[in-house]
Amino acid sequence: MIRVVLPPHLRTLARVAGEVELDVQDPVTQRSLLDALEASYPVLRGTIRDHVTQQRRAFVRFFACSEDLSHESPDARLPEAVVTGTEPFLVVGAIAGG
Amino acid sequence: MSEVRVLVGTRKGAFVMTSDARRQRWDVSGPHFAGWEIYHVKGSPADPNRLYASQSSGWFGQVIQRSSDGGRTWETPGGGVTTSPGGMQAGESNKFAYDTSPETGKPLTTHQWYDGTQRPWEFKRVWHLEPSLDDPDTVYAGVEDAALFRSSDGGQTWQELPGLRGHDSGPSWQPGAGGMCLHTILLDPSHPERIFVAISAAGAFRTDDAGKTWKPINRGLHSQYIPNPTAEVGHCVHRIAMHPSRPNVLFMQKHWDVLRTDDAGESWREVSGNLPTDFGFPIEVHAHEPETIYVVPIKSDSEHYVADGKLRVYRSRTGGSEWEALTKGLPQKDCYVNVLRDSMAVDALDPCGVYFGTTGGQVYGSADAGDSWAPIVRDLPAVLSVEVQTLP
Repeated sequence: MIRVVLPPHLRTLARVAGEVELDVQDPVTQRSLLDALEASYPVLRGTIRDHVTQQRRAFVRFFACSEDLSHESPDARLPEAVVTGTEPFLVVGAIAGG
Repeated sequence: MSEVRVLVGTRKGAFVMTSDARRQRWDVSGPHFAGWEIYHVKGSPADPNRLYASQSSGWFGQVIQRSSDGGRTWETPGGGVTTSPGGMQAGESNKFAYDTSPETGKPLTTHQWYDGTQRPWEFKRVWHLEPSLDDPDTVYAGVEDAALFRSSDGGQTWQELPGLRGHDSGPSWQPGAGGMCLHTILLDPSHPERIFVAISAAGAFRTDDAGKTWKPINRGLHSQYIPNPTAEVGHCVHRIAMHPSRPNVLFMQKHWDVLRTDDAGESWREVSGNLPTDFGFPIEVHAHEPETIYVVPIKSDSEHYVADGKLRVYRSRTGGSEWEALTKGLPQKDCYVNVLRDSMAVDALDPCGVYFGTTGGQVYGSADAGDSWAPIVRDLPAVLSVEVQTLP
């Protein structure tokens, strides 16, 4: 299972506590992971990626395995440790504003 | 005995305040949607327990919330948890997609940007939600970049009324300092297909065919800050108010100037009269006296706080021109707050209650039409909107 850590505001919105676990078909990419996340939690549609363009929202970042994957292609395969569930995929609200 | 419910949107959440008809003691619940900007919360005239809230964030965008029990519990229409991907309706309640060209997928029109170039419409947030007068599941949304959307399924899906943005003047619209927002929506109770809207900084518009076509209604407005002060569009209208018994009479607080029309916007005349300054944001009409109106003047366009450190509501009982300061119970020294455009409302009791919220986080109420005031709460986050429901 893929493990996803959401920022607190999105956990509240999706009414989940702790990590979210997703069953994502191979290949596991940012796009397929987020598609699966939004399918399970439709309320998250538009909050991480723009509804229309499907681009990552400006103040949302994607981290995993101590790397910033925000600028990776959405169709690039995610690190093996994320695919195997050893490491979580982190959706992070950027530090901006007050 | 009647009750009053005050719906407050702030920079960091929503609050619901209730009182009996005496309006002396208040129960306060919240923050709802803690940490999010709540631009507006409003109840359905057809079902007072149906509320809609605009929840937004610079990080995570727009969410629409709906309550069916007067704000005790909330849901995101169509956005619930599903255990079977693809087995439920999509969470589209936060999807505001402009009418687009099938070829390009981009909005059909452009507007003017600060640098004079043309730019496609881009959705930012919902500023104002206006539920239908007779159907709890129908609600209008005024958004930034300026456009009008409508939902007829309780906020789950939204469709643009593109005729407004498609008006010939659309390419000349440009943002004000607060963005290019559609912030005022007035539904005419005597003419179901007539809607008034106001946009900063384009001006006021009216449709008489339920949103298919629109007409700028800015004749009589005079704005020194635009190249042609009497242009058809380009005016920074801050707020318009209507009394439901006289929908052809509208009152406007513009960037500068307070104005009125007696012919549904065909022509306006200034009624600033003896106001100490005619810059301000909100304007509201007494529930039972259509010629009694309220404004909260602030110092100027460059100093967005009340003048002289005194929080003064001004009331006219003559439909404008002659104003009196209402100060009893309001701070009269060292006060430097503003009252934003959607942050004033009235109840329907007798005497009429008047309410407003400040950027300093106070919500004041008056149970005697403004003669005296008392704080309901003093220390909320900055108040973005105040609406009032009078419950049986």
